[in-house]
Amino acid sequence: MRRIVIALGATLSGLVLLFSWPTSLNQSVNQAAGTGTGTAGTDTDDTGAAGTDTSASGTSGDGAATSSSATYTGAAADTRYGPVQVEITVTDGVLVSATAIDFPTRDRHDQQINSYAIPILQSETVDAQSSAIDMVSGATVTSRAYVQSLQDALDQAGL
Amino acid sequence: MTRAGVLPGRSSGGPDAPARQTPDPARPVSHPTAERRAWVAQIMGMPVSVHARGEGARAGEADTAVQELFATLRRLEEIFSTYRAGSQISRLQRGDLSLAECDEEVREVHALCLEAARRTDGAFDAWAAVPDRPGVFDPTGLVKSWAVERAASALDPLDHLGFAVGAGGDLLLSAGTGQDAPWLVGIEDPRDPRRVLATVPVHVGGVATSGTAARGLHILDPRTGEPATSVLSATVVGPSLLRADVHATAAVVHGPAALDRDLMPAGTSGLLVLADGTTRRWQNPS
Repeated sequence: MRRIVIALGATLSGLVLLFSWPTSLNQSVNQAAGTGTGTAGTDTDDTGAAGTDTSASGTSGDGAATSSSATYTGAAADTRYGPVQVEITVTDGVLVSATAIDFPTRDRHDQQINSYAIPILQSETVDAQSSAIDMVSGATVTSRAYVQSLQDALDQAGL
Repeated sequence: MTRAGVLPGRSSGGPDAPARQTPDPARPVSHPTAERRAWVAQIMGMPVSVHARGEGARAGEADTAVQELFATLRRLEEIFSTYRAGSQISRLQRGDLSLAECDEEVREVHALCLEAARRTDGAFDAWAAVPDRPGVFDPTGLVKSWAVERAASALDPLDHLGFAVGAGGDLLLSAGTGQDAPWLVGIEDPRDPRRVLATVPVHVGGVATSGTAARGLHILDPRTGEPATSVLSATVVGPSLLRADVHATAAVVHGPAALDRDLMPAGTSGLLVLADGTTRRWQNPS
């Protein structure tokens, strides 16, 4: 069985989806090793915050190359964010585009409204994470305590 | 409404929990390069800071909206300050004004205090907040978070921006419409305010911390009149900053029983730091 392995660096929640797409096709997907990697710019991110770098490569089969162009739809793959389904177009044995046609509409934003993350103790994380902290919650309520606080430093950094 | 069991200090959120959002290398939890700006003002006796994030954070309309937020907070301070003899709340406490004669905001806060007492089994009690003067109405315990949520409506027209409003350690957060990265909130170590004990990512919601550390033993158990001592700090994360604040106060009063008796509301998570320095965490689905 031939397999086309699609590595889709999706901006969909910044999630890197990596899954196999087994074909059940008669057409050959034929390309010389190390060449013919199709690249398509597929922006599935409605925030537009980052471009999608979609790249895929087809592995070689032993059949003859076709001269036709065809579009195939993969089976939906379940991810932790919901089903993801990809449509690919193959021209002359080369994958020329891969488009996510079904992806989770219930994004992390919605999940976060419905259920809040449990606080992660610093002892469970690498120290570097603390450098990315945006705001600090604490019982530090006096102005005198504030000037010694991390929140003050964060405020100063943003002024 | 179903609730998850209370989790001990070091357990994870379980297989269904979206909680363990440890930073993904492919998905930074914040945008270090995004346009940002912060404002700080001294209101209600505390520093109030607003952080904006996203394209336009340094534009004039963001500044205008934040100044409007500050102006609303100052107006509400005039009404609710117990330090000003002429404020409505001071006149209400002295009996110079009746509740019916107060502004609509005072009546709203009064109703919220009644509700808070009911929802916390009496652990939050605005009529037991003034030492040696039982029965005197002092809503200070929830006015701050209520006022921040109310004033933050000035930011609504700019919902494409991420905003984080911090007021005396309580936070109101919004990542901004279409923004994927949450605000990463650090929870202060009650034993050392320069240290962060835990972090929690929040897209939209409130984070409130109550504790006995910053001003000494300042939370009294309304039912005994004695200071609450079993919890150094309680942090509640939830959709409403006001409710998070009320339940953080209640958790300090209830102590570990707040978790043992499953008293924390659905749709919240949080952290208790107990008097001996150990931590307890919970996460309740909504």
